[in-house]
Amino acid sequence: MTILEVENLVARHGLLTAVRNVSFSVARGEVLGIVGANGAGKTTLFRTICGIHPATTGTIRLEGSDISAYPPYRRVAAGLAMAPEGRRLFSDMTVTDNLKVAGENGRKGFWKIDTVLDALPALKPLMKAIAGGLSGGQRQAVAIGRALMSNPSVLLLDEVSLGLSPIAVVGLYNSLAVLKENGETTMILVEQDLDRAMAFSDRIICLLEGAVALHGKPGELGKHAITDAYFGLGKQVATRA
Amino acid sequence: MMSPVSFAIERWTSASRLTAALSAALLAVLVILPLFASGLVVDKATTLFVYVLLAVMWNLLAGYAGLVSVGQQAFFGIGAYFALRLVDFGVPPYMALVVGPLGAGLVGAALSVFALRLKGGEFAIAMWVIAEALRIAVMFDPAVQGETGTSLLALNAFDPELRRNLTYWLGLGGLTAMLVATFLLLRSKIGAAAQAIRDDEEAAGSIGIDVMRIKQIIFVLAAVGCALAGTVWLASAITFQPRTSFGVQWTVFMLFMVLVGGLGTFEGPIVGAVIFFLLQEIFGDFSVWYLAGLGFVAIAFALFLPEGIAGWIQNRSEVRLFVTGRKLRINPQ
Amino acid sequence: MLDALIQGILLGGYYAILAAGLSLMFGVVRFINLAHGDLAILGAYLVLFGVEILGLSPLAAVLAMLPVMALAGWIMQRLLFARALGSGVLLPLLVTFGLGAVLQNTMFGLFGSDTRSLGNHIGSLSWSSWQMPFGISLGKLPVITFAVAVAALVALQLMLSFTKIGRAIRATSSDPEAAELSGVNARKVHRAAAAIAVALAGLAGAFLAMRALINPYAGPTQLIFAFEAVVIGGIGSLWGTLAGGIVLGVAQSLGSTFSAQWFQLAGHLVFLGVLGARLYAAHAHHHGGWRAALKLPRTVQPRAVEEDLP
Repeated sequence: MTILEVENLVARHGLLTAVRNVSFSVARGEVLGIVGANGAGKTTLFRTICGIHPATTGTIRLEGSDISAYPPYRRVAAGLAMAPEGRRLFSDMTVTDNLKVAGENGRKGFWKIDTVLDALPALKPLMKAIAGGLSGGQRQAVAIGRALMSNPSVLLLDEVSLGLSPIAVVGLYNSLAVLKENGETTMILVEQDLDRAMAFSDRIICLLEGAVALHGKPGELGKHAITDAYFGLGKQVATRA
Repeated sequence: MMSPVSFAIERWTSASRLTAALSAALLAVLVILPLFASGLVVDKATTLFVYVLLAVMWNLLAGYAGLVSVGQQAFFGIGAYFALRLVDFGVPPYMALVVGPLGAGLVGAALSVFALRLKGGEFAIAMWVIAEALRIAVMFDPAVQGETGTSLLALNAFDPELRRNLTYWLGLGGLTAMLVATFLLLRSKIGAAAQAIRDDEEAAGSIGIDVMRIKQIIFVLAAVGCALAGTVWLASAITFQPRTSFGVQWTVFMLFMVLVGGLGTFEGPIVGAVIFFLLQEIFGDFSVWYLAGLGFVAIAFALFLPEGIAGWIQNRSEVRLFVTGRKLRINPQ
Repeated sequence: MLDALIQGILLGGYYAILAAGLSLMFGVVRFINLAHGDLAILGAYLVLFGVEILGLSPLAAVLAMLPVMALAGWIMQRLLFARALGSGVLLPLLVTFGLGAVLQNTMFGLFGSDTRSLGNHIGSLSWSSWQMPFGISLGKLPVITFAVAVAALVALQLMLSFTKIGRAIRATSSDPEAAELSGVNARKVHRAAAAIAVALAGLAGAFLAMRALINPYAGPTQLIFAFEAVVIGGIGSLWGTLAGGIVLGVAQSLGSTFSAQWFQLAGHLVFLGVLGARLYAAHAHHHGGWRAALKLPRTVQPRAVEEDLP
């Protein structure tokens, strides 16, 4: 069953078109990985879906209702949440307060502070710490926990492993695997690490210069096709064949 | 391959040549105006010159260098004060009225070292505080007699008719000199650099622009201009009261004129000053409700037409009366 | 001397109330409200109106004024300030300067140019004092003002720390975009902050009118004092605002022992001195050297909790 549907989405930065006519849909409980080189439009796509960046044209439907005209906070209320790139924590507030802000202003549901701590046990000893003083991995965990606190039906995770130590990445993906297992939360993640994205996602979209260059299940596509699309070699392959 | 395009960079367009010619003709008429116009007209014209000068100076600061100051009355007042004291030391009055603003320029240069390092809102308010501090400091001078103020009595030695005309010519000369200086400055590398700083200070610094020096040049020029307006005002009003000369209302007027006329355009402040002058003439008698109305107009422009009248026209037409930038002309093939 | 010092500290309480609203607007909405002083005067006139025309007691008039001012702040944020946001420092200055002109001249039109005071309506409170040891007398009104200031700041601090709206305000102040992504309606938060800020301005105005004479054009001077207190104490810090207010009050009080003019000048000079010292510290820090070594770190290091997460 489709939960999020993006149709012909276009977004610009001034004269530059950063997202070109992107369409896709995600089913409940699915994990969609979005890959692409730097500047391929991944982050702009996320920001547009969340309403922080204005869409030039296109429709976004969440659970059947059109949320394209909603401001960001109403999209959160409708069931969309994002852990933004660069973590973007409330850096002078405690971890507890960071979580509470989302909990108090977002949707109510399964995710509360204690359930989030069960899913992200690494946060337990940090609850009283000031968010600005945390390490990169800790900040990412708080950002994910904060996004969960608003009980999203679709969770967007931007640049999950960017700037984290290998150990921290393993820890985070273990936590995300728990979320995936219980099947309640649909996830869309932007991931620079192609192997990780392929291993974790049910489906992969590869963006090139703002447009969808490749779309399919990781097993069926194969890493070679994805790398080609990633670097923009896809078209040449296609013309040769 | 694209077909080769020939282009030329224009610094004078036909419209701007025409404007320059008309400006010269207007200047000629204005110079001889006192010979045939009534005293009232000459007085009003002098007031208009002061407004235009103030508006052009504030626009130079905020519109071209991004320096939003709420304290330009500091220079308006200090210029007048210096002129007064120079006369006390025996300098001929009309020479003092010209030299005083140069002294204000020195004060501006000294202040710039401190003030220009402040950012945004802090700079804006710190300038106001500086103006207040200078006002109080001037009031310590026994010659100023505190709140009471003093008068430029030396001017009473001149025949009223002659005094009126000399003051008029001082205003016209000062305005013309500052307008030409501003125009040339904006056309020079300094003008381009200033606009780069206004748009993105860090980027401007990274491409080798000496941000501090450019800002200093503009800040000092604006200080001299505002001080000149202050001495012309002193010459026509004769009396000097610290609260009036250092009053924040001068900056409010500057803001109003530049905002209504069009920030960051050469024509805008002139248009704004003329509108402000006309409003003063027509509604000035309504006093407080008129001033409240000015506030309403300022809010309306800030919210609904922030580019001002000249900016609004420029965005809708190709004609530039004063070309301060470079216009790219693509020659048809 | 000691007397002037105590007077100055108590005066700092008034400045803290006046500056807290300005600081809140600056920290949360990132908006410089040049009409803040005029709004304080408006609050004072509303109290005068309540006492003289409606026949309320001064306390009731102040309590009635606060929600009116809060509502005014909410409306101004919605209709004026929100539209001027996000486009640099210029538009907010223009809009609020314009608003200041509207307020001053409308008050002049409605209430006239006479200087007014609440002093006549609060009986002996305006001049009576408590006698302390060593011949020090504490004016009752300044002490009450200071106590109300501390109470207001404590209430504000508790609200910011422990309530939903308080957390939303802090989150928006820290990162408006991330706050929106957490479901916070930033524009609503801005309106709430403006309501609190304008109510605080009104409260300050009421205290000003109790101890001094006011007129419709008294606002800009109060704005400068408020701004000085905010900058001296450090922008965005509630208790810094109190400290800044006290420093300003002490400087003015000590200055006024020389002459009436030194009252203002001393405050201005301390403000400019603090700004200069900060620039100098940043400069020395930037260039390293022995000067930088003498400086304390500018902020307390965030608590390091590096070791826990895998």
